[in-house]
Amino acid sequence: MDLGLDVEERDGFAVLSVRGEVDVYTAPRFRERLIELVSEGKHMIIVDLEGVDFLDSTGLGVLVGGLKRLRSHDGDLLLVCTQSRILKVFEITGLTKVFSIHDSVDAAVGGGSDGGGANA
Amino acid sequence: MLAGEAGLAGEVIELEIPARAEFVALARLVVSALAASDSNLIDERVDDLKLAVSEACTNAIEAHGKAGSDERVLVRCKAGSEALEVCVEDQGQGFDPTQLPDHPPVTDPDRLKFERGLGIPLIKALVDEVEFSPTDRGTAVRLVMRYGANGAGTS
Repeated sequence: MDLGLDVEERDGFAVLSVRGEVDVYTAPRFRERLIELVSEGKHMIIVDLEGVDFLDSTGLGVLVGGLKRLRSHDGDLLLVCTQSRILKVFEITGLTKVFSIHDSVDAAVGGGSDGGGANA
Repeated sequence: MLAGEAGLAGEVIELEIPARAEFVALARLVVSALAASDSNLIDERVDDLKLAVSEACTNAIEAHGKAGSDERVLVRCKAGSEALEVCVEDQGQGFDPTQLPDHPPVTDPDRLKFERGLGIPLIKALVDEVEFSPTDRGTAVRLVMRYGANGAGTS
């Protein structure tokens, strides 16, 4: 099972685009990539989940761990997600209140704490 | 549509997977394909079941890892007249689901300490009924998706 993890720079953010299924098998690679970025000094990270087909609690754990790591460096981890079945996982676990979730990378880069959409 | 017309009622389908992380995808693929072929469940509920099965299999595999067990994890799907049931049986050490720690409220900064332990709250929110029972060799998790019920976990 392939997990795509592409990184590009956008206006001071590292944008990590995740593609495929994030579960107990693929989550370790996702976690390692995030840790690598932080250790490279990238403390403002946008994780784009638009290409994710499936995400379970192990994927949530990676994101929570990443956010914690970044906050300890005065950084932040923003999410891009518009897929209802993925958003549902955040809603059920109450993590919509923990993460800043945006409709697009543009909206996330543009800032604002409205959860996205305003800049689209 | 009546369950009988879907052609699945009464069928039991079993899958045994090696207790390794790479096989969780196979288990959820098989169960979601079966659930999707059951015209009694709408797509959203199929997705809910797929996620719940993934969580249950992940827990089962972790239990095997802790117990050092090489045995397989059994996934049994049973299409009844009123519900689709999926039972995930492990041969790990077992656990007490009532002893899980409560997570702090999401507004509490300590919430970020909980990277794990989200699986069982998710299962509970996604399926209509969930039962954890100790077996001779581990734990059985029974997930029930009732036909015609509204999607769980939606607000």
